Amino acid sequence: MTRIEIEALLADHPDFHQFTAAERARLAAWAREERYPAGTTIFNEEDPADTVFLLLEGDVAVQNALPGGPPVIIETLHTGDMLGWAWLVPPFRRMSDAIAQTDVRAVGLDAAGVRALCNAHPEMGYRLFQNWLPHLVQRFRSQRLQILDVYSERSR
Amino acid sequence: MTLPLPDPMLPMRFRVVERFDEQPGVASLALVPVEDAMPLFRPGQFNMLYAFGIGEAAISISGDPHEHGWMVHTIREVGAVSRALARIHPGGMLGLRGPFGAHWPLRRQSGRHLLFVAGGLGLAPLRPAILQALREKTRYASLTLVCGARAPEQMLYRDEVDGWARQPGMDVLRIVDHANAGWTGRVGVVTTLLGAALGPHDPESVSAFVCGPEIMMRFTARDLAIAGVPGGRIWLSLERNMKCAIGRCGRCQWGPDFLCRDGPVLPYDRVARRLAIKEL
Ligand SMILES: Cc1cc2nc3c(=O)[nH]c(=O)nc-3n(C[C@H](O)[C@H](O)[C@H](O)COP(=O)(O)OP(=O)(O)OC[C@H]3O[C@@H](n4cnc5c(N)ncnc54)[C@H](O)[C@@H]3O)c2cc1C
Ligand code: FES
Repeated sequence: MTRIEIEALLADHPDFHQFTAAERARLAAWAREERYPAGTTIFNEEDPADTVFLLLEGDVAVQNALPGGPPVIIETLHTGDMLGWAWLVPPFRRMSDAIAQTDVRAVGLDAAGVRALCNAHPEMGYRLFQNWLPHLVQRFRSQRLQILDVYSERSR
Repeated sequence: MTLPLPDPMLPMRFRVVERFDEQPGVASLALVPVEDAMPLFRPGQFNMLYAFGIGEAAISISGDPHEHGWMVHTIREVGAVSRALARIHPGGMLGLRGPFGAHWPLRRQSGRHLLFVAGGLGLAPLRPAILQALREKTRYASLTLVCGARAPEQMLYRDEVDGWARQPGMDVLRIVDHANAGWTGRVGVVTTLLGAALGPHDPESVSAFVCGPEIMMRFTARDLAIAGVPGGRIWLSLERNMKCAIGRCGRCQWGPDFLCRDGPVLPYDRVARRLAIKEL
Protein backbone atom coordinates (compact mmCIF):
# COMPACT_ATOMS: atom_id res chain seq x y z
CA MET A 1 0.00 0.00 0.00
CA THR A 2 1.47 3.36 -1.01
CA ARG A 3 1.63 6.38 1.23
CA ILE A 4 -0.97 8.10 -0.99
CA GLU A 5 -3.31 5.13 -0.54
CA ILE A 6 -2.85 5.27 3.22
CA GLU A 7 -3.63 9.00 3.21
CA ALA A 8 -6.81 8.32 1.20
CA LEU A 9 -7.73 5.59 3.63
CA LEU A 10 -7.26 7.91 6.61
CA ALA A 11 -9.37 10.53 4.83
CA ASP A 12 -12.24 8.00 4.67
CA HIS A 13 -11.89 6.82 8.25
CA PRO A 14 -14.43 8.31 10.72
CA ASP A 15 -11.67 9.11 13.22
CA PHE A 16 -9.20 10.67 10.82
CA HIS A 17 -11.26 12.42 8.20
CA GLN A 18 -11.45 15.62 10.24
CA PHE A 19 -7.66 15.96 10.28
CA THR A 20 -6.20 18.35 7.70
CA ALA A 21 -4.61 16.87 4.60
CA ALA A 22 -1.21 17.98 5.91
CA GLU A 23 -1.80 16.19 9.21
CA ARG A 24 -2.89 13.02 7.46
CA ALA A 25 0.23 13.19 5.30
CA ARG A 26 2.37 13.44 8.45
CA LEU A 27 0.59 10.44 9.98
CA ALA A 28 0.86 8.44 6.77
CA ALA A 29 4.62 8.86 6.90
CA TRP A 30 4.56 6.66 10.02
CA ALA A 31 2.09 4.13 8.63
CA ARG A 32 2.43 0.84 6.79
CA GLU A 33 0.09 -1.91 5.74
CA GLU A 34 0.13 -5.04 7.90
CA ARG A 35 -1.37 -8.46 7.18
CA TYR A 36 -1.86 -11.38 9.54
CA PRO A 37 -3.29 -14.72 8.39
CA ALA A 38 -6.00 -16.29 10.56
CA GLY A 39 -4.57 -17.90 13.68
CA THR A 40 -1.34 -15.89 13.82
CA THR A 41 -0.18 -13.80 16.75
CA ILE A 42 -0.18 -10.03 16.20
CA PHE A 43 1.51 -9.37 19.52
CA ASN A 44 2.02 -10.95 22.92
CA GLU A 45 1.66 -9.60 26.45
CA GLU A 46 4.84 -7.73 27.52
CA ASP A 47 5.98 -7.13 23.92
CA PRO A 48 6.99 -3.51 23.26
CA ALA A 49 3.86 -1.58 22.23
CA ASP A 50 5.56 -0.13 19.17
CA THR A 51 2.60 -0.14 16.77
CA VAL A 52 -1.02 0.86 16.95
CA PHE A 53 -3.34 -0.83 14.47
CA LEU A 54 -6.31 0.48 12.59
CA LEU A 55 -8.24 -2.63 11.52
CA LEU A 56 -9.26 -2.51 7.87
CA GLU A 57 -10.53 -6.08 7.61
CA GLY A 58 -10.83 -9.05 9.89
CA ASP A 59 -11.38 -9.96 13.53
CA VAL A 60 -8.86 -9.95 16.37
CA ALA A 61 -9.12 -11.69 19.75
CA VAL A 62 -7.55 -9.81 22.65
CA GLN A 63 -6.71 -12.42 25.27
CA ASN A 64 -4.80 -13.08 28.45
CA ALA A 65 -3.13 -16.20 29.73
CA LEU A 66 -4.40 -17.71 32.98
CA PRO A 67 -2.22 -19.89 35.17
CA GLY A 68 -3.09 -23.54 34.68
CA GLY A 69 -5.80 -22.93 32.09
CA PRO A 70 -6.30 -21.93 28.49
CA PRO A 71 -6.03 -18.22 27.68
CA VAL A 72 -9.29 -16.29 28.00
CA ILE A 73 -10.54 -13.92 25.32
CA ILE A 74 -11.34 -10.57 26.94
CA GLU A 75 -12.80 -8.92 23.86
CA THR A 76 -12.78 -9.14 20.11
CA LEU A 77 -12.09 -6.23 17.78
CA HIS A 78 -13.35 -5.84 14.24
CA THR A 79 -13.17 -3.77 11.06
CA GLY A 80 -12.90 -0.08 11.92
CA ASP A 81 -11.68 -0.69 15.49
CA MET A 82 -8.31 0.39 16.85
CA LEU A 83 -6.12 -2.30 18.31
CA GLY A 84 -3.70 -1.36 21.09
CA TRP A 85 -3.67 1.29 23.75
CA ALA A 86 -0.48 0.49 25.64
CA TRP A 87 1.37 2.63 23.09
CA LEU A 88 -0.17 5.70 24.77
CA VAL A 89 1.25 5.26 28.24
CA PRO A 90 4.67 4.29 29.63
CA PRO A 91 6.19 1.74 29.86
CA PHE A 92 4.73 1.11 26.36
CA ARG A 93 4.39 -2.65 26.79
CA ARG A 94 1.49 -4.81 25.63
CA MET A 95 -1.00 -5.77 28.32
CA SER A 96 -2.61 -8.66 26.41
CA ASP A 97 -2.06 -11.03 23.51
CA ALA A 98 -3.71 -10.23 20.17
CA ILE A 99 -4.51 -13.13 17.83
CA ALA A 100 -5.97 -12.88 14.33
CA GLN A 101 -9.29 -14.81 14.38
CA THR A 102 -9.63 -14.38 10.61
CA ASP A 103 -7.26 -12.98 7.99
CA VAL A 104 -6.50 -9.46 9.15
CA ARG A 105 -5.47 -6.42 7.17
CA ALA A 106 -4.58 -3.27 9.08
CA VAL A 107 -2.77 0.03 8.94
CA GLY A 108 0.01 -0.04 11.52
CA LEU A 109 1.10 3.33 12.86
CA ASP A 110 4.55 3.53 14.41
CA ALA A 111 3.85 4.41 18.04
CA ALA A 112 7.04 6.38 18.75
CA GLY A 113 6.60 8.31 15.51
CA VAL A 114 2.99 9.20 16.31
CA ARG A 115 3.90 10.26 19.85
CA ALA A 116 6.67 12.47 18.46
CA LEU A 117 4.21 13.99 15.98
CA CYS A 118 1.77 14.72 18.78
CA ASN A 119 4.49 16.45 20.80
CA ALA A 120 5.57 18.51 17.81
CA HIS A 121 2.00 19.40 16.79
CA PRO A 122 -0.03 19.57 20.02
CA GLU A 123 -3.22 20.66 18.24
CA MET A 124 -3.11 17.54 16.13
CA GLY A 125 -2.18 15.46 19.16
CA TYR A 126 -5.19 16.84 21.04
CA ARG A 127 -7.49 15.91 18.15
CA LEU A 128 -5.99 12.45 17.99
CA PHE A 129 -6.70 11.92 21.67
CA GLN A 130 -10.22 13.33 21.30
CA ASN A 131 -10.89 10.73 18.64
CA TRP A 132 -9.21 7.94 20.54
CA LEU A 133 -10.92 8.49 23.84
CA PRO A 134 -14.44 7.42 22.74
CA HIS A 135 -13.01 4.07 21.62
CA LEU A 136 -11.36 3.60 24.98
CA VAL A 137 -14.45 4.73 26.86
CA GLN A 138 -16.61 2.28 24.93
CA ARG A 139 -14.26 -0.58 25.68
CA PHE A 140 -13.94 0.47 29.31
CA ARG A 141 -17.75 0.55 29.73
CA SER A 142 -18.06 -2.78 28.03
CA GLN A 143 -15.51 -4.34 30.37
CA ARG A 144 -17.30 -2.88 33.40
CA LEU A 145 -20.44 -4.68 32.30
CA GLN A 146 -18.46 -7.89 31.81
CA ILE A 147 -17.12 -7.60 35.35
CA LEU A 148 -20.69 -7.32 36.65
CA ASP A 149 -21.26 -10.77 35.13
CA VAL A 150 -24.89 -9.95 34.44
CA TYR A 151 -25.80 -13.41 33.16
CA SER A 152 -24.66 -15.24 36.27
CA GLU A 153 -27.20 -17.14 38.40
CA ARG A 154 -26.91 -14.40 41.02
CA SER A 155 -27.97 -11.47 38.90
CA ARG A 156 -31.46 -10.74 37.69
CA MET B 1 -75.34 -18.68 27.22
CA THR B 2 -71.93 -17.45 28.37
CA LEU B 3 -69.52 -19.81 30.03
CA PRO B 4 -68.21 -18.69 33.42
CA LEU B 5 -64.65 -17.34 33.17
CA PRO B 6 -62.09 -19.55 34.90
CA ASP B 7 -60.99 -18.26 38.30
CA PRO B 8 -57.58 -16.62 37.59
CA MET B 9 -56.38 -17.68 41.05
CA LEU B 10 -57.12 -21.34 40.46
CA PRO B 11 -54.32 -23.30 38.80
CA MET B 12 -55.24 -25.58 35.91
CA ARG B 13 -53.57 -28.98 35.81
CA PHE B 14 -51.04 -29.38 33.02
CA ARG B 15 -48.97 -32.41 32.09
CA VAL B 16 -45.34 -32.24 30.92
CA VAL B 17 -45.20 -33.98 27.54
CA GLU B 18 -41.61 -33.16 26.67
CA ARG B 19 -38.59 -31.82 28.47
CA PHE B 20 -35.44 -30.42 26.84
CA ASP B 21 -32.21 -29.81 28.73
CA GLU B 22 -31.15 -26.47 27.28
CA GLN B 23 -27.96 -26.20 29.35
CA PRO B 24 -26.96 -27.20 32.89
CA GLY B 25 -29.68 -25.88 35.21
CA VAL B 26 -31.97 -24.71 32.41
CA ALA B 27 -34.78 -26.82 30.93
CA SER B 28 -37.72 -26.21 28.60
CA LEU B 29 -41.00 -27.97 29.26
CA ALA B 30 -43.77 -28.59 26.74
CA LEU B 31 -47.11 -28.68 28.56
CA VAL B 32 -50.65 -29.78 27.69
CA PRO B 33 -53.78 -29.15 29.76
CA VAL B 34 -55.31 -32.14 31.53
CA GLU B 35 -58.93 -30.91 31.77
CA ASP B 36 -59.06 -27.38 30.37
CA ALA B 37 -58.76 -25.88 26.90
CA MET B 38 -55.32 -24.70 25.82
CA PRO B 39 -55.11 -21.02 26.80
CA LEU B 40 -54.18 -18.53 24.06
CA PHE B 41 -51.35 -16.12 24.76
CA ARG B 42 -49.54 -13.18 23.21
CA PRO B 43 -45.74 -12.97 22.95
CA GLY B 44 -44.23 -11.53 26.13
CA GLN B 45 -46.91 -12.81 28.50
CA PHE B 46 -46.20 -15.12 31.41
CA ASN B 47 -47.83 -17.89 33.43
CA MET B 48 -47.72 -18.66 37.10
CA LEU B 49 -46.41 -22.24 37.28
CA TYR B 50 -47.13 -24.19 40.44
CA ALA B 51 -44.88 -26.99 41.60
CA PHE B 52 -47.37 -28.92 43.74
CA GLY B 53 -46.61 -28.71 47.42
CA ILE B 54 -43.70 -26.31 46.89
CA GLY B 55 -44.91 -23.04 45.41
CA GLU B 56 -45.53 -20.85 42.41
CA ALA B 57 -43.23 -18.79 40.18
CA ALA B 58 -43.82 -16.44 37.27
CA ILE B 59 -42.41 -17.99 34.09
CA SER B 60 -42.59 -16.43 30.63
CA ILE B 61 -44.11 -18.34 27.77
CA SER B 62 -41.29 -19.20 25.36
CA GLY B 63 -43.15 -21.26 22.74
CA ASP B 64 -44.62 -20.43 19.36
CA PRO B 65 -47.90 -18.47 19.67
CA HIS B 66 -49.19 -20.32 16.58
CA GLU B 67 -48.53 -23.75 18.09
CA HIS B 68 -51.76 -24.72 19.78
CA GLY B 69 -50.79 -28.30 20.66
CA TRP B 70 -48.72 -27.42 23.73
CA MET B 71 -47.23 -24.50 25.68
CA VAL B 72 -43.51 -24.11 26.23
CA HIS B 73 -41.68 -22.56 29.19
CA THR B 74 -37.93 -22.28 29.73
CA ILE B 75 -36.94 -22.42 33.37
CA ARG B 76 -33.66 -21.72 35.10
CA GLU B 77 -33.11 -23.33 38.48
CA VAL B 78 -32.47 -20.52 40.97
CA GLY B 79 -34.51 -21.59 44.03
CA ALA B 80 -36.90 -24.19 45.39
CA VAL B 81 -39.79 -23.58 42.98
CA SER B 82 -37.85 -23.19 39.77
CA ARG B 83 -35.70 -26.21 40.67
CA ALA B 84 -38.77 -28.38 41.25
CA LEU B 85 -40.41 -27.16 38.03
CA ALA B 86 -37.35 -27.57 35.83
CA ARG B 87 -36.89 -31.15 37.01
CA ILE B 88 -40.40 -32.40 36.20
CA HIS B 89 -40.07 -35.18 33.66
CA PRO B 90 -42.52 -36.16 30.91
CA GLY B 91 -45.70 -37.50 32.44
CA GLY B 92 -45.31 -35.29 35.53
CA MET B 93 -47.88 -32.63 36.44
CA LEU B 94 -47.85 -28.99 37.45
CA GLY B 95 -50.38 -26.21 37.98
CA LEU B 96 -50.66 -23.28 35.58
CA ARG B 97 -52.44 -19.93 35.85
CA GLY B 98 -52.67 -17.26 33.20
CA PRO B 99 -51.42 -16.06 30.75
CA PHE B 100 -50.97 -12.70 32.40
CA GLY B 101 -49.46 -9.31 31.68
CA ALA B 102 -48.71 -6.93 28.84
CA HIS B 103 -47.26 -8.31 25.61
CA TRP B 104 -44.64 -7.10 23.13
CA PRO B 105 -46.66 -4.73 20.88
CA LEU B 106 -45.41 -6.33 17.69
CA ARG B 107 -48.45 -5.78 15.53
CA ARG B 108 -48.33 -2.01 16.05
CA GLN B 109 -44.89 -1.81 14.39
CA SER B 110 -45.89 -2.44 10.76
CA GLY B 111 -43.39 -1.01 8.29
CA ARG B 112 -40.72 -0.50 10.95
CA HIS B 113 -37.32 -2.11 11.52
CA LEU B 114 -37.65 -4.60 14.37
CA LEU B 115 -34.65 -5.05 16.62
CA PHE B 116 -34.69 -7.80 19.26
CA VAL B 117 -31.97 -7.60 21.89
CA ALA B 118 -31.71 -10.65 24.15
CA GLY B 119 -29.33 -11.27 27.02
CA GLY B 120 -28.95 -14.77 28.47
CA LEU B 121 -32.30 -16.31 29.37
CA GLY B 122 -33.96 -13.12 28.09
CA LEU B 123 -34.23 -14.84 24.73
CA ALA B 124 -37.01 -17.04 26.20
CA PRO B 125 -39.69 -14.31 26.50
CA LEU B 126 -38.60 -12.87 23.14
CA ARG B 127 -38.78 -16.19 21.28
CA PRO B 128 -42.58 -16.10 20.70
CA ALA B 129 -42.27 -12.55 19.32
CA ILE B 130 -39.38 -13.54 17.03
CA LEU B 131 -41.31 -16.57 15.75
CA GLN B 132 -44.34 -14.40 15.09
CA ALA B 133 -42.26 -11.71 13.35
CA LEU B 134 -40.59 -14.35 11.17
CA ARG B 135 -43.98 -15.72 10.19
CA GLU B 136 -45.24 -12.29 9.13
CA LYS B 137 -41.96 -10.69 8.10
CA THR B 138 -43.42 -8.88 5.09
CA ARG B 139 -45.19 -6.59 7.57
CA TYR B 140 -41.85 -5.20 8.75
CA ALA B 141 -39.01 -3.34 7.05
CA SER B 142 -36.38 -5.66 8.55
CA LEU B 143 -35.70 -8.06 11.43
CA THR B 144 -32.50 -8.09 13.50
CA LEU B 145 -31.67 -10.16 16.57
CA VAL B 146 -28.77 -9.32 18.85
CA CYS B 147 -28.02 -12.09 21.31
CA GLY B 148 -25.66 -11.96 24.27
CA ALA B 149 -24.68 -14.83 26.53
CA ARG B 150 -22.19 -15.44 29.28
CA ALA B 151 -20.17 -18.00 27.31
CA PRO B 152 -20.52 -19.97 24.06
CA GLU B 153 -21.89 -23.06 25.84
CA GLN B 154 -24.57 -20.89 27.50
CA MET B 155 -26.14 -19.62 24.29
CA LEU B 156 -29.82 -20.45 24.58
CA TYR B 157 -31.63 -22.23 21.70
CA ARG B 158 -28.34 -22.26 19.80
CA ASP B 159 -29.39 -24.51 16.91
CA GLU B 160 -32.64 -22.67 16.45
CA VAL B 161 -30.87 -19.29 16.41
CA ASP B 162 -28.47 -20.73 13.78
CA GLY B 163 -31.58 -21.57 11.74
CA TRP B 164 -32.96 -18.03 12.13
CA ALA B 165 -29.60 -16.63 11.00
CA ARG B 166 -29.93 -18.60 7.75
CA GLN B 167 -33.41 -17.24 7.01
CA PRO B 168 -33.55 -14.50 4.41
CA GLY B 169 -34.69 -11.22 5.90
CA MET B 170 -33.31 -11.90 9.38
CA ASP B 171 -29.94 -10.68 10.64
CA VAL B 172 -28.52 -12.34 13.72
CA LEU B 173 -25.56 -10.92 15.65
CA ARG B 174 -24.16 -12.91 18.56
CA ILE B 175 -21.66 -12.13 21.27
CA VAL B 176 -20.46 -13.74 24.50
CA ASP B 177 -19.01 -12.12 27.61
CA HIS B 178 -16.25 -14.69 28.01
CA ALA B 179 -14.67 -17.33 25.81
CA ASN B 180 -11.59 -19.47 25.83
CA ALA B 181 -8.89 -18.95 23.22
CA GLY B 182 -9.81 -20.58 19.95
CA TRP B 183 -13.41 -19.29 19.90
CA THR B 184 -13.86 -17.49 16.60
CA GLY B 185 -17.02 -15.53 17.43
CA ARG B 186 -17.32 -12.13 19.06
CA VAL B 187 -16.44 -11.47 22.70
CA GLY B 188 -17.82 -8.44 24.52
CA VAL B 189 -21.17 -7.17 25.72
CA VAL B 190 -24.35 -6.82 23.67
CA THR B 191 -24.19 -3.04 23.66
CA THR B 192 -21.05 -3.18 21.49
CA LEU B 193 -23.20 -4.70 18.71
CA LEU B 194 -25.91 -2.05 18.72
CA GLY B 195 -24.13 0.19 16.20
CA ALA B 196 -23.85 -2.70 13.74
CA ALA B 197 -27.43 -3.77 14.47
CA LEU B 198 -28.86 -0.32 13.79
CA GLY B 199 -26.65 -0.22 10.70
CA PRO B 200 -27.94 2.02 7.97
CA HIS B 201 -31.49 2.23 9.38
CA ASP B 202 -32.94 5.56 10.39
CA PRO B 203 -33.10 5.09 14.21
CA GLU B 204 -36.47 6.89 14.22
CA SER B 205 -37.91 3.95 12.30
CA VAL B 206 -36.54 1.25 14.62
CA SER B 207 -38.70 -0.54 17.22
CA ALA B 208 -36.64 -2.40 19.81
CA PHE B 209 -37.65 -5.24 22.12
CA VAL B 210 -35.13 -5.82 24.86
CA CYS B 211 -35.07 -8.64 27.39
CA GLY B 212 -32.37 -9.85 29.74
CA PRO B 213 -30.89 -9.03 33.14
CA GLU B 214 -32.11 -5.61 34.23
CA ILE B 215 -28.72 -3.97 34.09
CA MET B 216 -28.19 -5.22 30.54
CA MET B 217 -31.59 -3.81 29.55
CA ARG B 218 -30.76 -0.47 31.19
CA PHE B 219 -27.48 -0.09 29.30
CA THR B 220 -28.99 -1.32 26.04
CA ALA B 221 -32.05 0.94 26.17
CA ARG B 222 -29.92 3.93 27.09
CA ASP B 223 -27.54 3.35 24.18
CA LEU B 224 -30.45 2.85 21.76
CA ALA B 225 -32.05 6.09 22.95
CA ILE B 226 -28.73 7.95 22.59
CA ALA B 227 -28.47 6.56 19.04
CA GLY B 228 -31.88 8.12 18.27
CA VAL B 229 -34.37 5.26 18.71
CA PRO B 230 -37.48 6.90 20.26
CA GLY B 231 -37.92 5.99 23.95
CA GLY B 232 -41.55 5.09 23.25
CA ARG B 233 -40.39 2.54 20.67
CA ILE B 234 -38.09 0.63 23.01
CA TRP B 235 -39.79 -2.00 25.19
CA LEU B 236 -38.27 -3.87 28.11
CA SER B 237 -39.57 -6.84 30.09
CA LEU B 238 -39.20 -6.19 33.80
CA GLU B 239 -39.24 -8.82 36.51
CA ARG B 240 -40.17 -8.58 40.15
CA ASN B 241 -41.39 -11.40 42.35
CA MET B 242 -45.08 -12.05 41.92
CA LYS B 243 -47.82 -13.58 43.99
CA CYS B 244 -51.38 -13.05 42.72
CA ALA B 245 -50.32 -12.03 39.16
CA ILE B 246 -53.70 -10.27 38.67
CA GLY B 247 -53.00 -6.84 40.14
CA ARG B 248 -54.53 -7.44 43.58
CA CYS B 249 -51.82 -8.11 46.15
CA GLY B 250 -49.26 -5.41 45.35
CA ARG B 251 -46.31 -7.79 45.64
CA CYS B 252 -44.96 -6.82 42.22
CA GLN B 253 -45.40 -3.08 42.65
CA TRP B 254 -42.64 -1.09 41.02
CA GLY B 255 -43.21 2.64 41.38
CA PRO B 256 -46.70 3.38 40.05
CA ASP B 257 -46.92 0.08 38.12
CA PHE B 258 -47.99 -3.39 39.14
CA LEU B 259 -45.68 -5.37 36.89
CA CYS B 260 -48.03 -8.36 36.67
CA ARG B 261 -50.79 -6.18 35.21
CA ASP B 262 -49.14 -3.06 33.70
CA GLY B 263 -46.00 -5.01 32.70
CA PRO B 264 -43.90 -7.01 32.46
CA VAL B 265 -43.43 -5.37 29.04
CA LEU B 266 -43.16 -1.59 29.41
CA PRO B 267 -41.89 1.21 27.16
CA TYR B 268 -38.53 2.70 28.07
CA ASP B 269 -39.79 6.30 28.19
CA ARG B 270 -42.07 5.26 31.04
CA VAL B 271 -39.41 3.48 33.09
CA ALA B 272 -36.09 5.15 32.25
CA ARG B 273 -35.96 7.28 35.42
CA ARG B 274 -37.12 4.44 37.64
CA LEU B 275 -34.45 2.10 36.30
CA ALA B 276 -31.79 4.39 37.71
CA ILE B 277 -33.28 4.47 41.24
CA LYS B 278 -31.16 2.41 43.57
CA GLU B 279 -32.65 -0.63 45.28
CA LEU B 280 -36.13 -0.10 43.77
C1 LIG C 1 -42.78 -11.74 34.46
C2 LIG C 1 -41.73 -12.72 34.86
C3 LIG C 1 -41.27 -13.65 33.95
C4 LIG C 1 -40.31 -14.58 34.31
N1 LIG C 1 -39.92 -15.51 33.39
C5 LIG C 1 -39.03 -16.47 33.76
C6 LIG C 1 -38.66 -17.49 32.83
O1 LIG C 1 -39.11 -17.53 31.68
N2 LIG C 1 -37.79 -18.42 33.24
C7 LIG C 1 -37.25 -18.40 34.51
O2 LIG C 1 -36.46 -19.29 34.81
N3 LIG C 1 -37.56 -17.44 35.39
C8 LIG C 1 -38.45 -16.49 35.05
N4 LIG C 1 -38.81 -15.53 35.97
C9 LIG C 1 -38.13 -15.49 37.25
C10 LIG C 1 -38.76 -16.42 38.29
O3 LIG C 1 -40.12 -16.11 38.47
C11 LIG C 1 -38.01 -16.21 39.60
O4 LIG C 1 -36.68 -16.57 39.46
C12 LIG C 1 -38.62 -16.93 40.80
O5 LIG C 1 -38.24 -16.21 41.93
C13 LIG C 1 -38.12 -18.34 40.97
O6 LIG C 1 -38.62 -18.85 42.17
P1 LIG C 1 -37.77 -19.80 43.14
O7 LIG C 1 -38.62 -20.14 44.30
O8 LIG C 1 -37.23 -20.93 42.32
O9 LIG C 1 -36.55 -18.96 43.57
P2 LIG C 1 -36.51 -17.88 44.75
O10 LIG C 1 -36.51 -18.60 46.07
O11 LIG C 1 -37.56 -16.85 44.50
O12 LIG C 1 -35.11 -17.26 44.49
C14 LIG C 1 -33.91 -17.99 44.80
C15 LIG C 1 -32.73 -17.11 44.61
O13 LIG C 1 -32.64 -16.71 43.24
C16 LIG C 1 -32.66 -15.32 43.14
N5 LIG C 1 -33.51 -15.00 42.01
C17 LIG C 1 -34.84 -14.85 42.02
N6 LIG C 1 -35.27 -14.52 40.78
C18 LIG C 1 -34.20 -14.48 40.00
C19 LIG C 1 -34.01 -14.20 38.62
N7 LIG C 1 -35.02 -13.85 37.81
N8 LIG C 1 -32.75 -14.26 38.13
C20 LIG C 1 -31.73 -14.59 38.92
N9 LIG C 1 -31.85 -14.85 40.22
C21 LIG C 1 -33.07 -14.79 40.77
C22 LIG C 1 -33.28 -14.81 44.43
O14 LIG C 1 -32.75 -13.52 44.73
C23 LIG C 1 -32.82 -15.83 45.42
O15 LIG C 1 -31.52 -15.55 45.86
C24 LIG C 1 -39.76 -14.57 35.61
C25 LIG C 1 -40.20 -13.62 36.54
C26 LIG C 1 -41.16 -12.70 36.18
C27 LIG C 1 -41.63 -11.70 37.17
S1 FES D 1 -48.41 -9.99 41.88
FE1 FES D 1 -50.09 -9.31 43.01
S2 FES D 1 -50.33 -7.31 42.26
FE2 FES D 1 -48.85 -8.13 40.94
